[in-house]
Amino acid sequence: MSSSTADPRLSKAGPPRRPLRLSWSDERLRGIVWQVLVVGIVGVIVYWLWSNTVHNLEVRRIATGFGFLGREAGLPIGESLIDYDPTDTYRRALTVGVLNTLKVAVVGVVLATILGTLVGIARLSRNWMLSKMAGFYIEVIRDLPLLLQLLFWYTILQTLPVPRQALNPVGGVFLSNRGMKLPFIEWLPAHSLALLALVAGSVLTLLVGRALRARQYADGQPRKLWPAALGLMGGLPLLVWLAHGAPFTPDIPALRGFNFQGGITITPEYAALLIGLVTYTAGFIAEIVRAGIQAVNQGQWEAAQALGMRRGDILKRIVLPQALRVIIPPMTSQYLNLTKNSSLAVAIGYQDIVSIANTTLNQTGQAIEGIAIIMLVYLTISLSISLFMNWYNSRIALVER
Amino acid sequence: MSDVTLNAATANPEAAPRTAPVATTGALAWARTNLFSSWLNTALTLVMAYLLVRWTIGFIDWAFINAIWSVPMQGNVPQTQVCRDLEGSGACWAVIGEKHRFILFGTYPYEEHWRPLLVCALFIGLYVVSAMRRFWSWVLIPIWIVTLTVIGVLMWGGILGMTYVPQERWGGLPITLILSTFGLAFAFPLAILVALGRRSNLPAIKTLCVLYVELIRGVPLISLLFMASVMFPLFLPEGMNIDKLLRAQIAITLFAGAYLAEVVRAGLQTLPRGQYEAAEALGLSYWQKTGFIILPQALRLVIPPLVNTFIGFFKDTSLVLIIGIFDLLTAGKTAIVEPAWQGFGIEVYVFVGAIYLVFCFAMSKYSQGLERDLNQHRRR
Repeated sequence: MSSSTADPRLSKAGPPRRPLRLSWSDERLRGIVWQVLVVGIVGVIVYWLWSNTVHNLEVRRIATGFGFLGREAGLPIGESLIDYDPTDTYRRALTVGVLNTLKVAVVGVVLATILGTLVGIARLSRNWMLSKMAGFYIEVIRDLPLLLQLLFWYTILQTLPVPRQALNPVGGVFLSNRGMKLPFIEWLPAHSLALLALVAGSVLTLLVGRALRARQYADGQPRKLWPAALGLMGGLPLLVWLAHGAPFTPDIPALRGFNFQGGITITPEYAALLIGLVTYTAGFIAEIVRAGIQAVNQGQWEAAQALGMRRGDILKRIVLPQALRVIIPPMTSQYLNLTKNSSLAVAIGYQDIVSIANTTLNQTGQAIEGIAIIMLVYLTISLSISLFMNWYNSRIALVER
Repeated sequence: MSDVTLNAATANPEAAPRTAPVATTGALAWARTNLFSSWLNTALTLVMAYLLVRWTIGFIDWAFINAIWSVPMQGNVPQTQVCRDLEGSGACWAVIGEKHRFILFGTYPYEEHWRPLLVCALFIGLYVVSAMRRFWSWVLIPIWIVTLTVIGVLMWGGILGMTYVPQERWGGLPITLILSTFGLAFAFPLAILVALGRRSNLPAIKTLCVLYVELIRGVPLISLLFMASVMFPLFLPEGMNIDKLLRAQIAITLFAGAYLAEVVRAGLQTLPRGQYEAAEALGLSYWQKTGFIILPQALRLVIPPLVNTFIGFFKDTSLVLIIGIFDLLTAGKTAIVEPAWQGFGIEVYVFVGAIYLVFCFAMSKYSQGLERDLNQHRRR
C-alpha cells in the first residue's frame, strides 16, 4: 500500500477503511444503528421481565437463591444408583436424579445405536422380506409421538401378573408388574477391584494395539493383538479376583410375602422408558445409517467386488468406514435427542432429574431455581455429547490434500 | 468358462444336450433372487414369514375375532365385566364407541360438536391447499390469515348465533391441531429472521441469534413447557394474566423457531454465492435481495427437511400432557380414568395412535414425493 503503483490485488491489507460518515446511506453506520436498536429492545424486554419477577417474588414472599439445596428433601425415590434416604438433602436427591437420567441415556444410546444400525442394514438388504419389514418398522415408529409410545409400553408392562403369579421364563428370572427380577451375586470390594482391573486392562490393550500398529507400519508385518487382549482384559481381572479369595455368593430372587427379595430389579418405569426411547430413536438412526451407506459411491462396491471380497466384508471394511463420515453428524443430534427425550420419564413416573426437580420446585415453591437446574443439567450433557462427537468426527474425517 | 464349453461342443458334436438356462424373469425367478438367493437368505425369509404370519394372526384375533364392540349399560354405568373376562385375548372396542367423542373433542359442549369437527376439516383443508405447488406464492398468506380467523371464531363462538365456549372447555384433536398449526405459523417468520440474523455480518445481532438457537436446542421441550406453566406468571406485571394454552403456545413457538431456523440456515448456506453477488451487483438493498432473490430459492431447497421438522412438531405437541393441557393424547389418557373403563389403555392408545399415524404418514409420504420431484435433475 505504500507505493501508489503497486497492484492493490497483491496487497494483503484489503481495501482501505473509509471514514465513518454521519449519513443514512453509509452501510456501516446503518449496521451500528440497527444493532444498537435491536440490543436496546432486547435489553428493555429483559429488564422489564426481570423487574416484574423481582417484584412478584417479593409480593408472594418466595425465597430466592440455592439455600434449599442443603435442606432435608423428604421425598422418596424408588430407584437410585447411590445410597439415598428421604432424610437426605435436596442436593443428594437431585444428584440421584441426574444419575438416573444418565443411566437411561447412556444405556439407551448404546442400545439404540446397535438396533438402529441393524435395522438400517436390514432396510438395504437384498432380501425383499427383510427390507420391507424394516421399512414398515421405521415408518410406523417415526410417525407416532414418543410420549404415546411410552404410555403404551408402560400400560403393557402394567398388565403383567402380580408378583405371586410372576412369569418365570428362565430359572431365577421373574417377570411381574413390579418389574423384572434378575439373579446377581453379592457385591464385595473384590468385585469392584476386578472391575477396575478390567478397565485398566482395556486401556492397556488399546495402548498395545496402537504400539503393534506402529510396528506394522514400520515393517509391514501384521501382528496378532488377541493374545495380549485376552491376557489383559480376561486374565488380569481374574487374577485380582482370585487374589482376594474368589468370593462368589449367588443372590437369587425369591418370593417372600407379597414381593420378591434379593437379586437386582429392573423397574417397569425404567424398562418402559428404555424400550420406548431405544425403539423410537433406532427408527431415526436406521434412516441415517441407510442414507450414509447409500451415500458411498457405487464404484466402491464394484471395486471391492472386483477384488473378490464378500458382501459382508465389503460392508465392514470398505463401505461402513466411509459411510461413518456421513453418519456421525446426524447421529450426534440423535444422541442429543435421546438424552433430551429421556425427560419424558416424568410422564410415566421414572424419577429422572426433571421429575425430581419438578417435585423440588413444588415443595419449595422456588420455580426459577428448579427450572434453572433442569436446564443447566441438560445444557451440560448436550455440550459434553457434542464436544465428544465433534472430536470423534474430526478424528475419522477424511484427510484431504 | 464359455470358451471352454464352446470348444468342447465343437470337438464332440454329440455332447449331451444342456438343460435350459435358469429363468431370470417371472415370479419364480423374482422369488429366487429376492428371497432365496442363499442359505442364509432362505432361513431369514422363512423366519420372517413365520413371525409375520403369527403376528398378523395374533393381531386379527385380538382386534377383530375376539374383540367386543359394545357393552350393555345399566343406568349410566357401562357393564365392562365381559371385557375384563377376555383377559387381554381380545380388544374392547366398546371403550372407543363410548368415549370417541370425548377423546376427539374433550369437554366441548356436546350439542356444539359440529364446530370443532368443522375446525378439524378446515385445518385439513388448509394443509392440503398449502401442500399444492400451484399455491406456493404470496397467495398463501391471506389464505392462512382468513382460515385461522374463521377457526378462532368457530371455536370461541359468541357471534352469529353461536354460543360462547370458554377456552377451558376446548380439548382433543382441535387443541393438537391448534398448537401445531399456530405454533408453526408464528415460528416460521421468527425462524427466517433468526436464520438471517445468524448469517448477518453484524456481530451483536449474530450473537443474539446464536445464543437463542443454541440455548433452546440444548434443553428439552419439557423444561420450556414447565417454564411456561410455572415461570411465565412470575415474569408478568401483577394483575396481567395469560391463559395456560397461550403460554404453552408461546413455549412451543419459541422451541419450533430455533429448530426451523437451523433448517432455513442450511438452505441459505446451500445457495451458491453467485446469487448473493449478482443481487448486490444489481444494486438491490438488503431486504430486496433477501425477499426477491435469496429466500424464494433457499426455502424451496429445504422444503423436504422443513416438512420433516413439521412432523416432529406435530408429534411434540403431545408433550403438553405433562403440564395438563387437554390435547388429543391427554383426552385419551383421561378417558380411561373412569373406574368402569380402567385397564383399557391399550385400545385407547391404539385409537389415538392411529389418528397421529394418519397425519404423520400423509406428511411423510408427501415429503418423500416432493423430494423425488425436486431432485429429478440429480437422478441418473
